[in-house]
Amino acid sequence: MAEFVKLIDVSKCTGCRGCQVACKNWNELPAEKTSFLGSRSLQNPPELSYNTWTLIRFDEVNSEDGKLKWVMRHDACLHCETPACAKACPSPGALVKTAEGAVVHDPKYCIGCKACISACPFNIPRNSAAEEKMAKCSLCYDRITNGKKPACVTACPTGCLDFGYKDDMIAKAHKKAEASKGAIYPDNHSYGTNVLYVMPAGVKLTDLQNVNPKPGMPTTILWWKNLFKPFTLIGMGAVAGFAALHYFIKGPHLVEKKKEGGE
Amino acid sequence: MNVTRRGFLKLAGGTLAAAGVGASVGIKSAYAQPFKVRYAKEVTTICPYCGVGCGIIAHVSNGKVINTEGDPDHPINKGALCSKGSSLFQIANNDKRLTKVQYRAPGADSWQEVEWDWALEKIAHNLKKERDKSFVTTNADGATVNRLETVASIGGASLDNEEVYVLGKLNRALGLVYIEHQARI
Amino acid sequence: MTNHWNDIQHADVVLIMGSNAAENHPISFKWVNEARAKRGAKLITVDPRFTRTSAVSDITARLRSGTDIAFMGGMINYAIEKNRINWDYVRDYTDGTYLVNPDFRGPVDLDGLYSGLDGSKYDKATWSYQVDEAGLPKRDLTMQDPNCVFQLLKKHYARYTVKKVCGLTGTDPKDFEAVCDTFTSTYLPEKSGTVMYAMGTTQHTYGSQNVRAFAVMQLLLGNIGVAGGGINALRGESNVQGSTDHGALFHILTGYLKTPNAKQPNLVKYNEDNTPKSNDPQSLNWWGNTPKYMASLLKAWWRDADLETAYSYMPKLDAGKNYSYLPIWSEMAKGKIKGMFVWGMNPAVGAPSSRMVRRALAKLDWMVAVDLWETETSAFWQTDAGVDPSTINTEVFLLPAAASMEKEGSVSNSGRWAQWRYKAVNAPGHAEDDLWIMNQLVNLTKDLYKKEGGAFPDPILNLTWNYGPVGLDGKVHNPSPREVAKEINGYFVTDKEIEDKVTGEVKKFKAGDMVPGFPLLQDDGSTCCGCWVYCNSVDDKENKMMKRDTSDPTGLGFYHNWSWAWPMNRRVVYNRASVDAEGKPFAKDKPVIWWSGLKKAWLGDVPDGGGGPGAKHPFIMVPHGRGMLFAAGMTDGPFPEHYEPLESQVKNTMSASQVNPALARWDKKVKEEVCDPMLVEGCAAVTYGSEFAKDFPIICSTYRVVEHWQTGQMTRWIPWLTELVPDQFVELSEELAKEKGIMSGDLLRITSVRNLEGITAYAYVTKRLKPFNINGKTIHQVGMTWHFGYKGLVTGGNANDLTPFIGDSNTMIPEYKAFLVNIERVRR
Repeated sequence: MAEFVKLIDVSKCTGCRGCQVACKNWNELPAEKTSFLGSRSLQNPPELSYNTWTLIRFDEVNSEDGKLKWVMRHDACLHCETPACAKACPSPGALVKTAEGAVVHDPKYCIGCKACISACPFNIPRNSAAEEKMAKCSLCYDRITNGKKPACVTACPTGCLDFGYKDDMIAKAHKKAEASKGAIYPDNHSYGTNVLYVMPAGVKLTDLQNVNPKPGMPTTILWWKNLFKPFTLIGMGAVAGFAALHYFIKGPHLVEKKKEGGE
Repeated sequence: MNVTRRGFLKLAGGTLAAAGVGASVGIKSAYAQPFKVRYAKEVTTICPYCGVGCGIIAHVSNGKVINTEGDPDHPINKGALCSKGSSLFQIANNDKRLTKVQYRAPGADSWQEVEWDWALEKIAHNLKKERDKSFVTTNADGATVNRLETVASIGGASLDNEEVYVLGKLNRALGLVYIEHQARI
Repeated sequence: MTNHWNDIQHADVVLIMGSNAAENHPISFKWVNEARAKRGAKLITVDPRFTRTSAVSDITARLRSGTDIAFMGGMINYAIEKNRINWDYVRDYTDGTYLVNPDFRGPVDLDGLYSGLDGSKYDKATWSYQVDEAGLPKRDLTMQDPNCVFQLLKKHYARYTVKKVCGLTGTDPKDFEAVCDTFTSTYLPEKSGTVMYAMGTTQHTYGSQNVRAFAVMQLLLGNIGVAGGGINALRGESNVQGSTDHGALFHILTGYLKTPNAKQPNLVKYNEDNTPKSNDPQSLNWWGNTPKYMASLLKAWWRDADLETAYSYMPKLDAGKNYSYLPIWSEMAKGKIKGMFVWGMNPAVGAPSSRMVRRALAKLDWMVAVDLWETETSAFWQTDAGVDPSTINTEVFLLPAAASMEKEGSVSNSGRWAQWRYKAVNAPGHAEDDLWIMNQLVNLTKDLYKKEGGAFPDPILNLTWNYGPVGLDGKVHNPSPREVAKEINGYFVTDKEIEDKVTGEVKKFKAGDMVPGFPLLQDDGSTCCGCWVYCNSVDDKENKMMKRDTSDPTGLGFYHNWSWAWPMNRRVVYNRASVDAEGKPFAKDKPVIWWSGLKKAWLGDVPDGGGGPGAKHPFIMVPHGRGMLFAAGMTDGPFPEHYEPLESQVKNTMSASQVNPALARWDKKVKEEVCDPMLVEGCAAVTYGSEFAKDFPIICSTYRVVEHWQTGQMTRWIPWLTELVPDQFVELSEELAKEKGIMSGDLLRITSVRNLEGITAYAYVTKRLKPFNINGKTIHQVGMTWHFGYKGLVTGGNANDLTPFIGDSNTMIPEYKAFLVNIERVRR
């Protein structure tokens, strides 16, 4: 079984959003009712959601050489090597790291506790209040196990999105980063993911939306995993305990409420 | 079909292998569902939006388009599509599409649904009436012109070549001179 | 496109100007990026805004909308001053050596005008070459004669200095020089640069001259006919190329044959007027074949009539009269047009001064609209359109059409590839494909004329109409696009023997045999051909438009066995200009064609015209065979000259001629001819220095975004696309926003002199727009999409309710890209 990596060369993105629609198309996700967003301009829907697993984020920033950069970044699950979401999840089978590298979710087992949402270092999973379920990018698990690239990668016209064997992609990432003087994100030495970015040169990560410059496993998760999780299979009541624990340590996790469905 | 490009990699199927986290119980999950286009018929088409001419595959099952995606064999797009091209599925599956002939009587404030035969006959009568009334045989200089200046035909850039050719033939046989389409804008 | 999409990979420099290709032709970036990755190509974007294309470019330069000729003129001047000219190419393959009529005068001599101006029309008598006794243009191979084209060109563009150009365009001189330096580096024979342009170039009152400026530049650099070169019009609709090829415009029949006019009473006179002569044996003068193509077209339409009778069936225009898009609306406003067919078009949103256009629609007795969804045009009588339906007496038929994957047929992309689409599913409900609808209309009309007689019934009764099996009633009920494709290609209507003039070989054809290619079309009525440029697309064995073989034996991306490209499956036109007189490619690593001495044949792409190396001039459509730096066919001058848009806040510092002198003021014409005050309101314009100029100080452009398409008629009904761009917006700079107290997300009102009530849109304040410094004066530019109207899942302000009713002096394409507005905040 081969392990894969999705590689995102941010400086190549033209914001055509073929990936964003291809994701909805393949995964049969309904459109949301949106409106003009003002400062975030073209970005729509405004955030990832239960029905939006891939989002192009638009940021107008001044780069280090003083020139205007319009950064368009494909945002979706990074498929962590050791996924905090799956570690935090109290329901067996709801979130699984597969050998291909994908972190996949199964609504059948999801109990809607939102533990994964609190745990994710990249602010990716989203909840549906109505369905009481979470959802996120699955790296098109059904496609990659049937010889196809993920829908977003298939759609990408510019070479921004690439998909292949892990070693090949890591080598490619280093080559691209060297050529463009851009940084690889996340730094795979400190935090492993099956999605890698080559960020545009001269752009500060902190100037971009929803980028965690130092991703890591939340300490709460380590506690949870080592101390509490063994007992949760007995009683789901511990979920509340986890949420409380997280709240005490990290404070409330801010996830905007999203409307569901729509046109 | 060029198999090597169509299939990215030959893999042994969708077995789940739990990698030490999450649960290791043997579950049959939604994400391991059958590949939805496995038994669908593939029909190739060209994107109806811009002039690049990207290839698209429509997956058809039981007379329905169940998926559309870029044609990986197509030399121009090699499977890639923009947001418009990626949304072709929603042209084929769209509950706002016109499915009946609509007619608006003079002065009316709404459409009424009518049958094709009725509408086409009425259109043909309108057309003939106008042509017979306004056909111009000679112009102000007395030169033969054989034309109809009071009926215009616009559009054609979203039609197929065969259709737009036939349209031009029909228009000119009727004597139309006001014939224009999207190339002028 | 002279070249095609895959060919962009061969460019060393890509200039995207007048186009936002990353948004409007996103897949082109597959090949732009291929050129960058494989060849280290540089990407230049020149645009008033910093677009999604600019975001990924190596060099970006801003220019004020409407100053393309100033910019390109400066670039031409730069190339000449720095000696970045492909001299061999200019000498052998262009008219640079030709001597011009000594009485010719240009803007240098006449302060912005050319010799011969009479009112708003030029008498072009002096715009001519000197000819020798044999009737060939006189040449000076040294190009030193002050009357040769090159010297005239040099003199003309010497005025386009960096200072003067940047003063008008507002470009940073450093950026301007970077663009010039990078693009003109392709003058070396082994290098090539491509120009990708679209409506940003054409939608001006001198749009055709904007394109001509590219042509002049590319000819000087030797970039036409070569791989990775050319002038590439990125066409906006899936089949706008094909529909133009098939004559869906008033002035052309199929294959760009001219529409007959009243001064051509018979076919003999038509052929005489439209068949150019050349005494140069090296010039292929392709339009010399006009009689064959016209005869074959007449046979395709009226098979059983003799050629002159068939010609008499063709409607004739009044010579010199314009019947294009703008006149349709002005005639309709006058009540002269009573009925209209609308085949998948939406002028209620897309036409200039569209509010006036909607009011003109109410003057129709009847309208037939054919579409996938209800459009603003078909619904112009509804309260949604802001009118009282009871006051509108137009009878409207809205016919449900099949979508692209619900029928079969071919579409031609920008690169001239005619590709077949297959039917995947049935159309929903009672929707039918357009061919079926047209077929029904023809059957019914023929029946009516047969039964009742009427005005000039012969062209209808005798119209050849045999696109499928004939039913018991003698009529075709299920027309097949495959049968239509055969007629478009053409076939022999009688048995025919044709002798090859070179080899003496006699080819025998039987009636019904497909014509193998347009060189075999006949002028005697023995062949029929619906569109000569598509002859060769279908043969006796197959429909080549269906071909799906991805092999690429040369590795150059021609894909000769994938679909079929007109003409004759040639992928790069004018490709004889890519080789020297020995047939050797200028660029050895990316040859288009090359001569094999061994095989005595051209290899690579399908060569333009016959004959070995050096035998024929490369520009086969031009009577004299060479690329035209000096184009006398233009209405407004043989060289592009900068003028200001009709609506401008800037004085033309290039000459005293403020606007294009050959401009036909359609806006004024409507005002004079139409009495209805509701209709003339759309026709005002704020010209430079006019009374209301201070009320509309801001330049506005309309454009598109990737997520929508044209008037939105095929995207505002698509949930996934309306989610991405749900509202109309107006983009403005932070500086203008500050001046006006506007914040992103505010609701704004945008007004023009044509629409004082204005339209509303959300403010999109962005760093990507900046005010221009134009000769010391600050000029603001804003922009908005033209995708919105009052139907669809999402609705919004219609930008064309503001645009001027004026068009290019050659093509009449409206000036959507530069007009004046004002903006104000409605609410936060």
